[in-house]
Amino acid sequence: MRFYFKTDYAQDVRLFQDGVQVFWYVALAAALLALPVLLPEYLIGQMVFILIYCIIGAGMMLLIGYTGQISLGHAAFLAVGAYTEALLQARGVPFAVSLSAAALLSGVAGFIIGMPALRLKGIYLAIATMAFGFIVEEVITRWEHVTGGNSGKQLKQIDFFGIAIDNDARFYYLCLGLVAVIFLGMINLMRSPTGRAFVAIRDSEISAQSMGIHLARYKTISFAISAALTGVAGALYAHKVQFISPEQFNLLVSIEMATLVFIGGLGSFHGAVFGAAFIIALPQVIVFMKDYLPTAIAQQTGLQPTIFGLILIAFLIFEPLGIYGRWVKIRTYFSLFPFYRGGMFRRQKAYMKSDRLK
Amino acid sequence: MSFFTAENLSIQFGGVKAVTNVSFEVERGEVFTIIGPNGAGKTTIFNLISLIYPPTSGRILFEGQEITGLAPHRVANLGIARTFQNIELFEHATVLQNLLIGRHTHRTTALWQELLFLPPVRRAEIAHREAAEKVIDFLDLQHYRDSFVAGLPYGVRKVVELARALTTGPKLQLLDEPSSGLNPEESDDMAFWIEDLKKDLGITVLMVEHDMSLVSRVSDRVLALNQGEMLALGTSREVQSDPRVIEAYLGKQE
Repeated sequence: MRFYFKTDYAQDVRLFQDGVQVFWYVALAAALLALPVLLPEYLIGQMVFILIYCIIGAGMMLLIGYTGQISLGHAAFLAVGAYTEALLQARGVPFAVSLSAAALLSGVAGFIIGMPALRLKGIYLAIATMAFGFIVEEVITRWEHVTGGNSGKQLKQIDFFGIAIDNDARFYYLCLGLVAVIFLGMINLMRSPTGRAFVAIRDSEISAQSMGIHLARYKTISFAISAALTGVAGALYAHKVQFISPEQFNLLVSIEMATLVFIGGLGSFHGAVFGAAFIIALPQVIVFMKDYLPTAIAQQTGLQPTIFGLILIAFLIFEPLGIYGRWVKIRTYFSLFPFYRGGMFRRQKAYMKSDRLK
Repeated sequence: MSFFTAENLSIQFGGVKAVTNVSFEVERGEVFTIIGPNGAGKTTIFNLISLIYPPTSGRILFEGQEITGLAPHRVANLGIARTFQNIELFEHATVLQNLLIGRHTHRTTALWQELLFLPPVRRAEIAHREAAEKVIDFLDLQHYRDSFVAGLPYGVRKVVELARALTTGPKLQLLDEPSSGLNPEESDDMAFWIEDLKKDLGITVLMVEHDMSLVSRVSDRVLALNQGEMLALGTSREVQSDPRVIEAYLGKQE
């Protein structure tokens, strides 16, 4: 176990606590950079999906995990990003511009939807955002002369400042760079006044308000940033799959995006990464496992959703803090070895909450 | 012109008259206490001052400016901070982070600067910490600086909540039952701090309190309420010996 003896406020504000942490992040970066050399092409393709879902995860974590506002309509912003990218690329707009436009347009859409929707709370907000998701899905299905309706849209490969992103390794590096920049930005935001305002809103709206935080404004900012990140992910996703159609942005996708942060662990960007890796890797693992299962089970219809559902339920019951919570426990176990106690992370009964002022 | 004025405040929820025609003035630098039996409308008055409820009639003036009708989050900017009867801290954050949220009204940086964590943000963050540290020092919270609020004992949370309010740099501090749930020793500390608020920091205190020994120790003036109406206003001794106040608490003598 390490103790930090702080002698200076600058130590409190630093990105990394100490050299050990820097070492591990450098090691992680090196491993990620070396990955395309080590892994076969197919797995690199899967890594690209994980990175895209990391971006989605960062947006959802900001909104659900840090600001405490649920959304079940985020697939709509994924669609806005994807279609913006498809339409602009078809007009020959350079990738850097079209990606920014995808982010901006989704962000603006998030801002406009957030303003009325965020006056609602909890389950009502969930339903309102879900309705928004349905509307967008319906619009892209019907608005045929722009979106191509159900026959979808084709995308060409990305031309990134003259470099053709024509294989998965290059696409992987592009996504990795974006993920690094986005996560750094989000971590910076969370250690600044805006990020703290989000956390304040999540934990107690009434006292956030009495600290001078404009609730509606900060909720809308959080929603807009989260929508913009989802838009970026949508643009990348469109290029990765090269063909987009309305059913790729339905309610199930929205739910999957929200589930991601619950599985990963609410309230940490590590959780967003773990959740993204889990959502992409699990179906692959199930497919792989099929070969080793008795035929009677392996050939069952609906095997994959069943296993997925069971794991999700198991998580909610046994590890509400998600994969990140599990990771923290394991790390604490080793750093305190042999003094770890079973009840160390057991949640204490919360003290009486005052009846919230509606 | 007095520091803080409530003029004929009334609020009705449907047919329930929670507060009726309450008027009082608080002078700069005094400790003003509102007492009354349960349901007398004490916390409702606090919520009216925090602008969480709009009054049915009446006005509130702070430093000569009318504040009724402003958006609730503006109250903190004016220099009015409050604590809550049942503690409303940010549970999943450390004590320091809680205090830093109290610095929100002193925010100087823009969103885009924060995304990049530019030098101005870094400097502002250090300045916020220095300000928070002064309050930590004042209330002896050094030991809990980096602990999560969710794991702290009740007495400490109560102090953390006061600390968070003080970090906003208030001119008027509203305390909603500062000693409720505290043991006699903690209550005693709280009384010291309220005196220090007034003497050392020059903060005006408006509080709601049940513990009469604390009330008579720290308050300059006391207002007694019953069922939303004013019963008596004066020094602690005068109010406590007022027959109407005794009647409200203990019932009529047969």
